[in-house]
Amino acid sequence: MMNHSTASKPADQGLLARKAGLPAKDAKLSMAHMYVAFISLLIGGLMGLLQVLVRTGKMTLPFGIDYYQVLTVHGVILALVLTTFFIIGFQYALMSKTVGMSDGERKWAWISFYVMLIGTVVTAVMILLGKANVLYTFYAPLQAHPLFYIGLALVVVGSWIAVFVNLHQFFKWKKQHRGEVSPLLAFMVAINMIIWFISTLGVAATVVIQLIPWSLGLVDEINVLVSRTLFWYFGHPLVYFWLLPAYMAWYAIIPKIIGGKIFSDSLARLAFIMFLLFSIPVGFHHQLLEPGIDPFWKYIQVVLTFAVAIPSLLTAFSMFATFESAGRAKGYTGLFGFMRGLPWKDVRFFAPFVGMLAFVPAGAGGLINASHQLNQVVHNTIWVTGHFHLTLATTVILTFFGISYWLIPVLTGRKLNAHINRLGIIQTIVWSIGMFIMSGAMHIAGLLGAPRRSSYSEYGGSEQAMEWIGYQYAQAIGGSILFIGILLMVYIFVYMTFFAPKGQEEFPMAETAEDALPTPMVFENWKLWIGLAVALILFAYTIPFIDIIQNSPPGSPPFKWPIGYN
Amino acid sequence: MHLHRYEKIWIIFGTGALLAFLIILGIGAFYQGSQPPSCMVTIDPQNVQAHEAFKEENLGLNQVGENEYVVNILASAFNYDLGKDENGAPVKTIRIPAGAKVTFQATTSDVIHGFELAGTNVNMMLEPGYISEYETTMDNPGTYTLICNEYCGTGHHLMYATVEVYEE
Repeated sequence: MMNHSTASKPADQGLLARKAGLPAKDAKLSMAHMYVAFISLLIGGLMGLLQVLVRTGKMTLPFGIDYYQVLTVHGVILALVLTTFFIIGFQYALMSKTVGMSDGERKWAWISFYVMLIGTVVTAVMILLGKANVLYTFYAPLQAHPLFYIGLALVVVGSWIAVFVNLHQFFKWKKQHRGEVSPLLAFMVAINMIIWFISTLGVAATVVIQLIPWSLGLVDEINVLVSRTLFWYFGHPLVYFWLLPAYMAWYAIIPKIIGGKIFSDSLARLAFIMFLLFSIPVGFHHQLLEPGIDPFWKYIQVVLTFAVAIPSLLTAFSMFATFESAGRAKGYTGLFGFMRGLPWKDVRFFAPFVGMLAFVPAGAGGLINASHQLNQVVHNTIWVTGHFHLTLATTVILTFFGISYWLIPVLTGRKLNAHINRLGIIQTIVWSIGMFIMSGAMHIAGLLGAPRRSSYSEYGGSEQAMEWIGYQYAQAIGGSILFIGILLMVYIFVYMTFFAPKGQEEFPMAETAEDALPTPMVFENWKLWIGLAVALILFAYTIPFIDIIQNSPPGSPPFKWPIGYN
Repeated sequence: MHLHRYEKIWIIFGTGALLAFLIILGIGAFYQGSQPPSCMVTIDPQNVQAHEAFKEENLGLNQVGENEYVVNILASAFNYDLGKDENGAPVKTIRIPAGAKVTFQATTSDVIHGFELAGTNVNMMLEPGYISEYETTMDNPGTYTLICNEYCGTGHHLMYATVEVYEE
């Protein structure tokens, strides 16, 4: 029984350590990432508002700004910049709290921050100059300015430095604590960073080997399908890189907030290991409708995609088991009576809980998207946009907001007060209503055939398009409500950073339930799990990838004029 | 690792449901032959006219059997080329009798485009260097809009054509 409680050891070191927040230097590092994240939220949210308004057909953008320029900013700044900065900043806080950070590690973490920041600024400038209206997926042979790709490469390289910092922290702890089970949150951060590293190798390969030389004119042509395949090798684990930090909070932080314990340390680790194994070899489910890929291998990756639903099912069970034990421990009885024992008026619980609820339809929608033939009904329709506004922009983001309500005060040495708690609950409700309307309208319009990523169009007065436009009004209403939610959240962030009363906010970290069984040491066998992950990737990709290269058509020259970049 | 009894039930139920879905998808794909469009034919994207199907005179609707048609489409930013009518004007609408077996055969001469016949299951990606093909039966009469559903540039939302399925 020695092992299991070590998972939450740092939290056991007594009230003093728990109350002490984070070392000031680590807090500053984490906070730097939060500034970038929340500035991104404001800019990206404003772009989203412009999009839904343009799509009603009642508004046009001023100063000759192109719809697709706004769309590119929206995607890049929210899906790539906000997420990456928030996640890396949050993970530094978790690592500092559980395994600590040395001066050397902190120095590298700052280097990582600045490399990513420079990359972001370079990319942003190119987009604002209108030389990179290629959306955040930058599919060749549309070609942006070389600096757009170079900026993105810098963001990835900067994030790799963060990967090495976190892994250095983690494995240093393990060396000092031989034979012990690592702290759960540190274990989870390590898994997430390994997924990130393995998957970004793909996008780095296409950007550095294919896109940059091609955009500089060093090579004349590009292999489009290879580039897309490398992109989607990265593109799906990317969504798990967003989701896993939310799961970290669900598994190891929420139980503390609701006055309960972690239901099972082992189960949490098992789920994360399954994500490591199954989140990467699944990129073909984004390429189901593409020529040049053998449908047999598409199906193999569909099977693996379904496998990645299993750890999410485990997570759903764990969450409700945690809720039930916490409620019952407080004396609430009855089949669902324990729900009354949950702190509904505590925004640190309420916001992520609403995020969890959104994941039920979001996950089901994901299975539809990945269903081999069924994908044909929804592929590239606005259904897909509706889908990831539930997963990323509701489940993940509401959990990130839920984290912010305690993390920002911890980082700034202030307290979450009743004013912000109340505003936070309002923010969550505003967000849910806005998203229900917007995402709902997107799902329905998508089933009717409305395309995603498209500016306002009547398609020559087609009857079908008229039907879609009605739903675009609904999207504009939902989107406007969401923008109010963003303004509220930015106000909350500013208040928590500069104006909230000074004090020591609790860094909530849960302990494992006493009756939970010890965590098997096999979960700490990193060579085994990374080896298996690599083996699955090789299985899923080797043959079809060789096939794609061997049967390649002549390459594609660059096209700049379609994006208005001459 | 010990699992709670309810948890075992939940995992068996969840995994079982996923397996059932996969078996259904697998039977559809490998037994009934309903695979997503995955044409393996390549073409020179800078010289698509070298392929018989995309020669100027073969674009658009071609009747190949009693109730069988092939539609050849050349996509480019921001247009679907369906050939020319008797007066030399570009065809924007093709008309197909209900119940006909139709093979859509398309490619692109520049960037990536989408090919979605809204309201039907015809939906595929067009990528430079590849031919995309989808065979279907157009049972329901009506007017369907062919739209580009993959971003292809500033005029992406202006790229469309029309397919009319008429009752004979």
